[in-house]
Parts: sequence; structure tokens; C-alpha cells
Amino acid sequence: MATAAEEEANRPFAGLSDVSISEDIPVEGDISVPVGPSARRDDEFSTLDEPVKETVLRDLRAVGKKFVHVLYPKRSTALLRDWDLWGPLLLCVTLALLLQGGAADSDYQGGPQFAEVFVIVWFGSIIITINSKLLGGTISFFQSLCVLGYCILPLTVAMAVCRIVLVAGSGSVSFAVRLVVVTASFGWSTFASTAFLADSQPANRKALVVYPVFLFYFVIGWMVLTFSPSQ
Amino acid sequence: TMSAGSGNKNTEPWGSFDDNLIQGSGSAVIDMENMDDTSGSSFEDMGELHQRMKEEEEVTEEAAATEDHEDGEFLGMKGLKGQLGRQVADEVWQAGKRQASRAFNLYANIDILRPYFDVEPVQVRSRLMESMIPVRMINFPQKIAGELYGPLMLVFTLVAILLHGMKTSDTIIREGTLMGTAIGTCFGYWLGVSSFIYFLAYLVNAQITMLQMLSLLGYGLFGHCVVLLVSYNIHFHFLFYVLWLLCGGLSTLRMVAALLSRTVGQTPRLLLCGTLSVLHMLFLLYLHFAYHKIVEGLLDSLEGPNMVPMQRVARDVPELTINATVRSLVPLLRAH
Repeated sequence: MATAAEEEANRPFAGLSDVSISEDIPVEGDISVPVGPSARRDDEFSTLDEPVKETVLRDLRAVGKKFVHVLYPKRSTALLRDWDLWGPLLLCVTLALLLQGGAADSDYQGGPQFAEVFVIVWFGSIIITINSKLLGGTISFFQSLCVLGYCILPLTVAMAVCRIVLVAGSGSVSFAVRLVVVTASFGWSTFASTAFLADSQPANRKALVVYPVFLFYFVIGWMVLTFSPSQ
Repeated sequence: TMSAGSGNKNTEPWGSFDDNLIQGSGSAVIDMENMDDTSGSSFEDMGELHQRMKEEEEVTEEAAATEDHEDGEFLGMKGLKGQLGRQVADEVWQAGKRQASRAFNLYANIDILRPYFDVEPVQVRSRLMESMIPVRMINFPQKIAGELYGPLMLVFTLVAILLHGMKTSDTIIREGTLMGTAIGTCFGYWLGVSSFIYFLAYLVNAQITMLQMLSLLGYGLFGHCVVLLVSYNIHFHFLFYVLWLLCGGLSTLRMVAALLSRTVGQTPRLLLCGTLSVLHMLFLLYLHFAYHKIVEGLLDSLEGPNMVPMQRVARDVPELTINATVRSLVPLLRAH
């Protein structure tokens, strides 16, 4: 009975240890290891040895590919499938930096500070995500954050354009130009994000999800448009 | 339901252990204990499991030691132990993760809020329209929709409109930032006044729940949004006053009627509805004057006492400097 109990204890570990496989079961067929989590782990371990430049470039390439997807919003699932938050972080930081230095005089603290832009972007995205989940969306939390973050790209570009225009002058012509640019990019952002997000909602509730997104990009667009550089 | 749900996923909460460790004989001991989600004894179970793992380890060590080809081959035993250790660590991690996600699901479950967001766009639109139409029936409790999507979106819209108004009026804010002030004001009003009125309703035993109060007040902000949107862009004070009375008044009447229908007694009704109307109308007034460009210095001086805690900096606007004749008119107007 003791040996039977030992065998009993041994058999569960048959898969782990290479010690022995039960002799009475003939082994035949070909051993092909399916590409499962164990293979993945090996893969991850191997990327530890690669040079840093390669890792960084790979991530940058992924981010760049997603930028292209935002600029030409087709119905593709690339943004959703391989979500990452590097792109949104990069865009948020760029936007916040570009919005710095918008003080009319040293006492004026009403312009958006760096932390403010950060908080608005991230908490706005979180609220929209929670809202879309509560309305019965099928998209996951981080996927939604990823999409909303990436779709800030047109507004960041508009911010850069606005700053360049403001260097030339800040009269009503420049305001008209900036208005057109910001409106166009705001429309682009909203359209791009709804192209990705609206699919995950039940058909009759799309408007309920689109409205907060509209409001979110409207506020960011407002911040971009009303930016006035320090004298 | 949660335990049943997680149980269904892999047939037993500790399914992986069952597969590897116990071939049917010991599984009953683990299963029955862990099927009960509310036991909260996962740590004890984990401890027990760990103990069992250790015992198994010792048993296999013994078995390995007695086998012939393991004689003096200590590397083999170490290898066995290493893999066992890895598996134990893995399972401990899984168990910990399971417990953490269970706790998370219990406390941070957004599904608690899900029924309050169960609306259709048509419903939202009709409720927005209805918020401006007072209902006369005050003998039976009026139906108040308990949803949070509309009110939340209206508060955010109000924030956006306020930002627009603040920017166009070049309001200078000394303490804090534009965004923070706007969000703080709007959410503070919605949540604070709702709680306050709910508290009063609780005191006078009115039939209204917190959710309904939040919803009612939230939809009441629709009138505010409309008025402010118009008046921040068309700087015509007379228009603002008309709109203030009209839209503000209508939305206030709607809320008041709903509250009246749910309160019994003259004094409670007066208290509740009076407080709500005063707060609601004054808020609109505050939003307009605190964040709006005052073009004529004349009106500025008239409204001096009504100013809000936020400081107004005297702006040197040369083209609008009041000349002597206008200055002489001021005391006359003041006398009125």
C-alpha cells in the first residue's frame, strides 16, 4: 500500500520531472510543443538580452504605427488589440509642455498648468471609460484609455500649429486661422475615437457614449484655442 | 453569485491543485471548504494547502531517496524540489490574485452603478425637455426618474460652458485655477445642494431618496446651461434677466412641484421648496455675474456688494473709462 501511495504521489508530478514516465503506457507519436504560455515566457526572457536600442525602437515603431492608424481612422482593431499607454503619455506630456508659458502677466495663474492638463486628460479619459462600461460597452478599461489617448494626436498637432501661428502675430486673422485649425482637429479627434469606441457599444446607445467624448475633446480644444503666449 | 461564477470557470476554485495533487481521494476536502465564498478563510485554506504541498514534497523526497537510480544523485532531488517550489510559488500567486480580485470585485464594483446608467438617448432627450415643464399635479407623488447619466453629463456641460465664459471674460483667479474652480463650483453645487435638500427632506419626512434628489437637481441644471450659453455670448443684461426668470424659474418650478407632491404639511413644504428655489435661482445669478465680463463700469459699481469671494482686479480699460457726466449719474442711480 505504501508503494501504491508513493506512486499515487509521484504520478501528478509526472509532467514536471523528467524522472520517469509510467512504463506500461507506450509513448508514440510526435512531440510538438504548442506555442503556449511557456513559449511566451521563453520569448520574454530572451528579450532581456537584446540591446536597449532595439527595445526602444520596437516600442517606438508600435507607437508610430498607432499614430498612423489615428491619422487615417479606418475600422481596424490594431489600436484595440495591442493597446499600450506610451503613446498617450507622450502626447499628453507634449500637449502639456506646449501649453506652458501662456501667462499674460506673472500673476495670472488661470492658464492651464502642466499638472492640470495631465489631470484633465487622464481623469477625463477614465470617466469616459467608466461611462462607456456602465452603458454596457464591451471594450476593456485600458483599451479605451489607449484609444482616447491616441486620438489626442490631432489636437496636439493643432497646438503646435497654433504656437507657430502665434509667433507670426495674434490678431484676428491669426485667431480665425487658429479657430479653423482647432475646430478641424477637434472634429478629427472625435471622429477617430468614435470610429474605435462606438463599435463596442450596443447600437442604440452610441450617442450616449459619443457625447462625453465630444465634450472631452471640446474642453481640450478650448484649452488649445484660448492659449495666448506671454508677452 | 460571485463564487458560483468563478467556480464555473474552472469547475473548482482550486481546480489546478486538484488536477496535479490529489487524484480524487483528497479533493473533497479542499472543494467543499472553498466553495463557500463568504467563508473568508482563504488564508487558512492557503495555509492548509501549503502544508499539504510540503507533506507531498516530503513524501516524494522519501520516494526519490529510496529509488535506485537516485542514489547519491542529489542534483535530481534538487531539480525536483526546484520545480516543486516553482509550482508552489505559482499556485500561491494564483491564489493571492484570486483573492485580491474577489475583494476588488466586492468593493470597487462599478456594477453597483450600472442600473443608474441604463438609459436610452430618447429617454434622456425627453427628460431634458420635461425638466423645463412644471407638472401641476401635487396631490400624488410625481414620478422622478432615478438615473445618473443625464445629471452627470449636464454637470460636465455646465463646467465646459463655465470655462468658456471665464475665458471670454478674462476672469483673473488668484486662488486656484480656472479648471479647478469650474469643476469645484459645479460639482460642489450639484452634490452639496442635493445632500442639503435631502437632509432637509429627511428632517421633514418627505418621500424622496438621495438618488432622486441628485437626479432632480441634475436635470434642473439644464435650464442653467441654456441660460449661460446664451448670456455668455450675447452680452445683453436685460436678456439675461428675462432668461433668468423664464428658464431658471421654469426649472425651479418643476423641481418645486415634484418636491411639493412628496411632502406633507404647510411648513415643511415651505421650508423645502423655499430653500431649493432660493438656492437654485441664486446659483444662476452667481454663475452669470461671477464669471462674466462686465463691460460697463457703471454696472460694476452697482453690483459691488454682490461680489463673490473671488477677487476682481480693477482693470484699466481706457476706452471704457467713465467720464465725469456718467460719474455724476451714479449717485442718482444709487439713490434709487
